[in-house]
Amino acid sequence: MHPIIKLVAQRLSLGILLLFAASAMIFGLTEALPGDAAQAVLGQAATPESLANLREEMGLNEPAVSRYFDWLGGIMTGDLGTSIVNRLDIAESVGKRLGNTLFLAFWAAVVSVPLAIFLGLLAVRYRDRWPDKLISAITLTTISIPEFLIGYVLVYFLAVKLGFGTALAMVNDSMSLWQKLNAITLPVLVLTLVVLAHMMRMTRAAILNVMQSAYIETAELKGLSTFNVIAKHAFPNAVSPIVNVVMLNLAYLVVGVVVVEVVFVYPGMGQFLVDAVTKRDVPVVLACGIIFAAIYIGLNMLADIISILANPRLRHPK
Amino acid sequence: MSNAMLKVKGLKIGATVYPPGEKPHDIEIVHGVDFEVEKGKVLGLIGESGAGKSTIGLAAMAYGRGGVELTGGEVWVNDREILHTTRNDLRSLRGGEVTYVSQSAAASFNPARQIMEQVTEAAIRHGKFSKADAEARGVELFRKLGLPDPENIGKRYPHQVSGGQLQRCMTALALCPEPDLVVFDEPTTALDVTTQIDVLMAIKEAIRDTGVAALYITHDLAVVAQVSDDIMVLKMGEMVEYGSVDQIINSPKEDYTKALVSVRSIDHEEKVSSDEAVLKVENVTARYKGTKFDVLKDINVELHAGQTLAVVGESGSGKSTLARVITGLLPQKDGNVHFAGRDLKPVMKTRPKEDLRELQMIYQMADTAMNPRQTVGTIIGRPLEFYFGLRGAEKQKRIQELLDEIELGEGFQDRYPAELSGGQKQRVCIARALAAKPKLIICDEVTSALDPLVADGILKLLLDLQKREDVAYLFITHDLATVRAIADSIAVMYQGEVVRYGPKSQVLSPPFDDYTDLLLSSVPEMKLGWLEEVIANRKMESGGN
Repeated sequence: MHPIIKLVAQRLSLGILLLFAASAMIFGLTEALPGDAAQAVLGQAATPESLANLREEMGLNEPAVSRYFDWLGGIMTGDLGTSIVNRLDIAESVGKRLGNTLFLAFWAAVVSVPLAIFLGLLAVRYRDRWPDKLISAITLTTISIPEFLIGYVLVYFLAVKLGFGTALAMVNDSMSLWQKLNAITLPVLVLTLVVLAHMMRMTRAAILNVMQSAYIETAELKGLSTFNVIAKHAFPNAVSPIVNVVMLNLAYLVVGVVVVEVVFVYPGMGQFLVDAVTKRDVPVVLACGIIFAAIYIGLNMLADIISILANPRLRHPK
Repeated sequence: MSNAMLKVKGLKIGATVYPPGEKPHDIEIVHGVDFEVEKGKVLGLIGESGAGKSTIGLAAMAYGRGGVELTGGEVWVNDREILHTTRNDLRSLRGGEVTYVSQSAAASFNPARQIMEQVTEAAIRHGKFSKADAEARGVELFRKLGLPDPENIGKRYPHQVSGGQLQRCMTALALCPEPDLVVFDEPTTALDVTTQIDVLMAIKEAIRDTGVAALYITHDLAVVAQVSDDIMVLKMGEMVEYGSVDQIINSPKEDYTKALVSVRSIDHEEKVSSDEAVLKVENVTARYKGTKFDVLKDINVELHAGQTLAVVGESGSGKSTLARVITGLLPQKDGNVHFAGRDLKPVMKTRPKEDLRELQMIYQMADTAMNPRQTVGTIIGRPLEFYFGLRGAEKQKRIQELLDEIELGEGFQDRYPAELSGGQKQRVCIARALAAKPKLIICDEVTSALDPLVADGILKLLLDLQKREDVAYLFITHDLATVRAIADSIAVMYQGEVVRYGPKSQVLSPPFDDYTDLLLSSVPEMKLGWLEEVIANRKMESGGN
């Protein structure tokens, strides 16, 4: 068997194993919270009798382990359970929210990843000169400012003063793609500013590291232009660390956008999760947790696999 | 107008240095050098490290490595001055008119791209050939350089071919754009002797067939004598002597050149083995964890007190692995190691302190074998504390004695490794090993990273110390000249086996087995026409069979 298939298979099975561990942890942590779903539904005024009845009805008297496997079995068959607050099917209501979040994350990634890599290349090309310093200064500033502040500042100056984009990023099914894109302009901008610095700095560092290699000197002594040397000779060897940090940031775009969604009142997973937590809607919290974990683990696994595929020694064994 | 294709006049080169504890400042490393290379001729640049030979070679491409700057003088290529020209002009010069072959092809090829792509890149970019023509020329060069499967080797990635093959690919890379001048920077130094000879011949024929001019940079006078027409000897950035190969080799004028020509002239009478063996390796077999083949196969060797056993072989022959087994870093799979009349435990961590003390090591890279933040005194003092519990004035006295032994005077105690030269660093490592009063020191390629004259000094010191301290050496090396200088007995290793073993006089005299014969005949001799002679002999022998 080609060694690369073996390595990729190893990564995949490790990812699945990790996902199971994460599910156990999420379940265990919600179990450890004081009170339970029955308490949450009935609130402070509950009598011991009604609590006991509801517990019986919800199956909460079963041991935790068997409830965990029930829940896990449900997830595997696509059944995320029902919300205890509004009695709706979670899979359905989460599905729409997840779609919105992925939509926002996708467009933020489309803008930020190529921009970050291009700025990284540019910073290497003009290393230690003013373009490099300017790029570093701006990206470091934007990563240092809390994202809600950037969000409100952009809303005030762009949306309110200049009429560019909309302050509230409400989207719904009846909107055309163009209308949706117009609605998410500002959140995409904020997210881009937040993740840009990390990816750009890593691109710069990884390529500068490769630029010390003897084969870069060989390329320079072939009379290639500096940009050619960087793009054709340095970049292919810096793919692995760059992909890793890109994937971390993509994961952040999906699971870490709670604050931005709240600022722009965007109907995504983040708001959904926050609502569920305040209402102590444990099944929804569990569902969101496992989806976030799956996305996080999946993207990092993808980064590992791309790193493996990018290594010529593994791709073309002796 | 002379028909010199490269003319260098009064070339001065400077660099910024960052000495520890001082302010960075500029120094001059080449102090005004003049030379010319005519079309189709080869000029050898020779000197020790720090002589500025690579720096001068790269100046022919107006390139300064790292912080190096070309500060003065003129460099003319094809009647065009290149030190004060535009960036675009430089780009057409580099990789078009002048190309470069580096010491380590393994590091100089981009690991992420196919060999052919890299070989033809410059020719295509400079518009010398179309892609198809450049590739055809690449295949032609691969064939000329004696590479196996020339049609398809270009489709491979650098890690898929051997070191010697890659070095030839690098030569093809340099010759592909039909340059007027090639700078060869130590192109065979990193290769085994048996590989070096083939690459050397391939380079020589390629130069002859293409009529290209060349600068050939090396520290090995015997090598440069085989390929050059003229030789320039450099020392500390200054020209010492400049003449034809014949004149430099056979009648050198300057003392420094004479020293280079006569280097490796240590005369060492082998000692008769009389007393009990201090080290006895019996039927040792070893393999690395997770692998399926033995890197050492049934090794049997003996070393007597106060004597030297040289273990010689190419890279990958298992000689360093043998040292790892003896020191307990790699426990053997089978067999025994006896040391000073007792059995050594296979795993180092389980060995008693006395075993650790009596068995010391010196490494190839003195640089990395010392803590850069400790002074020489601390480095040497550590084993004195650890093994003998010495403190205070007693320890100071012993440190000074050891420094005297390695011929470093007072004042060295407080210096840091970065303030020492390569030879001095290796001496400190020797003192550290001696401090433990060992019975056996394993020397792993201890002179390989040093210049010939400095290496000679280290070998003399080791022999002196052996006489005084009665310490035995297990001397691992790939260099047969070193073996001749220091060994009492020799073990020749090849693919994990000892193929020849015995007293020096016996191992180095005929009849030889095939491998030892190949190894011995591959060592370059300081003699004109040696390369052709050896190749002719080999062709005759293989023709006779």
